[in-house]
Parts: sequence; C-alpha cells; structure tokens
Amino acid sequence: MTITEKILAAHAGRDHVVPGEIVDVELDLVICHEITTPPAIRMMHEIGVTRVFDPDRVLVTPDHFVPNKDILTAELSRRLREWVKEQGIPHYFEIGNHGIYAALAPEKGFIRPGMTVICGDSHTTTLGALGCFAAGVGSTDLAAALATGRLWFRVPESMRIEVRGRLPLGVYAKDLILYVISKIGVDGARYRAMEWAGEAIAALSMEARMTLTNMAAEAGAKSGIVPPDDVTLEYVRSRTDRPFTVYTSDPDAEYVERVEVDASTLEPVVALPSLPSNGRFISEVEPVPIDQVYIGSCTNARIEDLREAARILRGRRVAPGVRVIVVPATSGVWRQALSEGLLATFADAGCVISTPTCGACLGGHMGVLGKGERCLSTTNRNFTGRMGHPGAEVYLASPATAAATAVTGRITDPREFLQ
Amino acid sequence: MSATTTTLRGRARVFARAHINTDEIIPARYLNTADEATLAAHVMEDIDPEFPGTVQPGDIIVAGPDFGCGSSREHAVWALRGAGIQAVIADSFARIFFRNAINNGFRVIECPGAAAALQEGDDVEVDLAGGRVRAPGRGIDLAFVPPGEFAEQLLAAGGLLPYVAAQLAALASRTSRADEQQAASAAASAARSSAPKPDQ
Repeated sequence: MTITEKILAAHAGRDHVVPGEIVDVELDLVICHEITTPPAIRMMHEIGVTRVFDPDRVLVTPDHFVPNKDILTAELSRRLREWVKEQGIPHYFEIGNHGIYAALAPEKGFIRPGMTVICGDSHTTTLGALGCFAAGVGSTDLAAALATGRLWFRVPESMRIEVRGRLPLGVYAKDLILYVISKIGVDGARYRAMEWAGEAIAALSMEARMTLTNMAAEAGAKSGIVPPDDVTLEYVRSRTDRPFTVYTSDPDAEYVERVEVDASTLEPVVALPSLPSNGRFISEVEPVPIDQVYIGSCTNARIEDLREAARILRGRRVAPGVRVIVVPATSGVWRQALSEGLLATFADAGCVISTPTCGACLGGHMGVLGKGERCLSTTNRNFTGRMGHPGAEVYLASPATAAATAVTGRITDPREFLQ
Repeated sequence: MSATTTTLRGRARVFARAHINTDEIIPARYLNTADEATLAAHVMEDIDPEFPGTVQPGDIIVAGPDFGCGSSREHAVWALRGAGIQAVIADSFARIFFRNAINNGFRVIECPGAAAALQEGDDVEVDLAGGRVRAPGRGIDLAFVPPGEFAEQLLAAGGLLPYVAAQLAALASRTSRADEQQAASAAASAARSSAPKPDQ
C-alpha cells in the first residue's frame, strides 16, 4: 500500500484498502476558519447536534477576512468566536496569535505524521507535507465531521512525483510545483494523492515542502503528501510531545502514474493569467510591467519565503509606481520577521506590511486589484477575478521572483540579484 | 428534487470551456453570506454578466472537463441551487465541488462529450436510472456512468446532513435502549442485594 492508503486504512479500522473504495474515516483534527465554519455551525444546529465530537481535536482561527473588513465579515468572525466559547474549544487563535490556518496548524505543532486532518478549505492539502492525510472539504462535510469525528472518503489513487537532482540557485519549491502543474495540468492529479519523493525533496525544508503540497489543490488533487524523514521528525518533535505514527509507502505500492523531474534543469517559473497551469520558464516570459506585487498566502508567506524576498529587497527600493504588499502567514512568522529585521528591510524598500490574512489572495481585502491592473503574486490561483476585478491579471511566482519584480517594476528573473 | 425522480428535463445552459472554477461560479467578494438567493444574484457573473438575469428555475448547466475546480467554497453549489439550476452535466468534475454537490443532494452528472454535443437552449433529458443524457429534438443520446451506491444513498437521503442525522438518531436510540437495559439490570441486581452500595 501507499502511505496514503495505510493512513486511511488505519483510520477506517481496516488492514487494507484499495483506491476507489469509499471508507468511513476517523478524524484526528478538524480545522475551522470564519468563512466555511459558520454555515457548518448552522447546519449542526439544524440537525440537532449541540456538541462537537471532541473540542480537543478542533483547531480554530479566523484568517480569511481579518481583521474584519466589513460588517458581514465581522459577523462571521463573531459567530465563530461565540461558538468556540460555547463549545469550550481550547485551541483558538485570536487576532494577534492568529494565522492562515494551513501555516498556523503545523507551526503550532498540531500536525503530526500519520494523522487525518480536514478543513473547509481547498488548501488543506498543505498539511500533507508532514506525512499526514489532509484534504479540503466543504461546509456540509465540516458539519458532519464536527458532529461525528468521522467522514467518508473515496480512497484516492496515488501518483508519484519523483524529483531527482537539486534545485539551482534562485529556483524554489514554488517553481517546482508550478512546473509540475504546467506539465500535468490543473486536473492532472484530479481525485489523486500526489506523493513526492526523490533527492530534491529530501533536500527541502518543511516550509518548502508545504509549498509543494499546498498547490496539490491546483492540480486537482485530493491530497499531497511527503513521506516523513528526519527533516519532518525534527520539525514535529520541536513543536509537540504528542505521539504519532510514521507510515511509508511499500516498495511494491501501486501508483496510477509516475512523473519524473530533474530539478537541476529548472529555472524560475511564472504562471501567466488565468490558470495555474500556464507556467513558463522565466527566460520565455516577457518583462511585463506590473502594478502590484503581493508576497503572502498559505503558499508562500512563511519565514523562509520572507527571508528570500528580503535578501533581494535589502538595500534596494521598490520601483516607482509599483505597490508591494507583504503579508506574513502567521503571527509567529510576523514576529520572527520583526526580530530578524526583515520587516525593516521591507519597510525601508517601500513595501507595506500587513497583519496575517488570506486577504487579497482571494480578492478579500488588503490589496484587491482594479480593472486592468496586473499583479505578480506568490499566491496559488490566478483565475479570472480571483484577486479582484475580473479585468485584472495575476501572474504567479516565487517570493524571490516577486522581490526582483518589485525592484524593477517588470517581471524579472531573481537570479539577476542573487549572483 | 424528490428521491424518486428518475428523469430530469430542462433547458441547457452551456459553458463548453474546461476548468470553470469556483471563483467564476461565485466570486470570493460574495462569500460574506451563505444566503442562496443573494449568492444566486451573482452566479457566473464574472464569465457571463447576463447569466444571473437569464437563468430560469429548472435550467441545466452543461460544461466541459473539471467543472468546479479551485476553492472548496460550498457557496458555489448554493449559488447554483439558489438560481434554480436543477443539475450540472459536465465532462468531469473537480473533487471538492463533486463532493459538495452530492453532500447537498444536488445532482451532478459526469457525461463525457455532453459539452461538445449540446447547444445553448437545447431541451435536455437526463435518465438517471438508465444513465443517458438526451436532446431528443436533435437526436443526441449519450451514456454516463451513475455515481455509485454510496452517492445514491446520500442523494436519496437529501444529502450528507440528513444522512448523518439519521445515523445519529439510530445510534442514540440504540444507546438509550442499551442504557435502559443496563438500568433495569442494575435495579434488579440492587433489589437482589440487601448490602448497601459502596458509595452510599
């Protein structure tokens, strides 16, 4: 069996599962944010459920439209907060300690290998970087999961992405995942588990691995997963004392498809509007003028991302006419960036710095685009209307490419600044 | 739609493109509400500004591959249902959208070739039991594979929540019967014994 099949089997009380089967799975953690949870709370009330299955296995943070952007979103956060109190949920992260859930949960030690985790959010796949099964669901699933601690899943076929070699200077996990999606398409992993392996993956930090599994969602995958190794164990053990089980794929595990990539041949990748699969090597991309650069989101706003951006922006200025918005993923990342002097670097360069929020990634607030505007963004989706006006354009790239572009005002190869 | 309905009939509204994503079905700027009527007023507006004004109850959306990809927002299903759409036929569906639809008791029909064959305004007939999508006026008759037993159970129950509610009710009634039996046997055993209980 693959690692994904083993985790699902163990949580379904089974010795063995096969892809295509529908299994009833016990959940180790349910994560809630203010957009998809309030409808789930209402649904639970409608079916007469008054208590969540286990408050200790629920993690809650407002993240999408925080701090509240208008009255309606204030009401969403208020309903979430009141529900947390009513249910006695101990793991609640209020503004000041909050963060984008997919970055916050691992940072705070809530994600361990071998777990099953869901959230009412497509980028839940991110958490699979720690060797767990993590899938995004809708509000109805969330309500059922909060009521019962269980959820149905079709066991996904696994797809193995084997990455040999090492990523060259200026080429990051973001470039790798954009490259892979450009090869397999936005439905290239539809319904599948994307399992990563190979020398290049072993060399990646946990944070970089999270960028890979984050964008499994943009390939249509049910989950992304990196089998645990020493990097994983060190990351997890430094954050939690709770026990966990490490699963690995058997040598004879079956994969529906194998994709091989030589990391050493890659360049920085930019995904052109309006699909994440429109990735091109930067040498093939026109130096298009950009109105806004956005460095944020569950994809690329962890501390290493901010360090890479700051490395290029240090001692330089944002090009005239370009707006640069930096949005650390969590309060912990924000404080770490402050203590490392990264926020000063961004401010001195002429960037604005926001509190953690999903913000403009999904056209919420803190940098929504107007008609005809072009944004280069470290986020995950460049769909029509995603970051604001349907007539705006979004280019996806790494934090280093974003920083280089901020300096020149045109889409720029970060390697020009890294020699 | 009742669980016994076996044939759907409606007007085709065709979005032949691949990868119609949930940001296009309902943009995030409207996610500050879950009210279906409010969401319906903006359904598909970023790719077809006329659509919210021309959609009629009973319409059936016909789309290309990977319909509903992107964000997990269930609001996409609610917006479509709020607009009166009775089903979506697509070459294929993105997984979370498909799941959300089934969980809401909303019909999604995976029928490869439908988007290429059907035209805007066609009178479409879906034979759910027989697995056929037809446009009788134009001689179109396509096969699809029904979604399987578990999905049909959820659809028949009206979605995941009614299904879960029924399961919880069954569990509660088993538990309360077990509790009653336990209480009865404890009472009988207490009556047999004249010794005081240890905690009294």
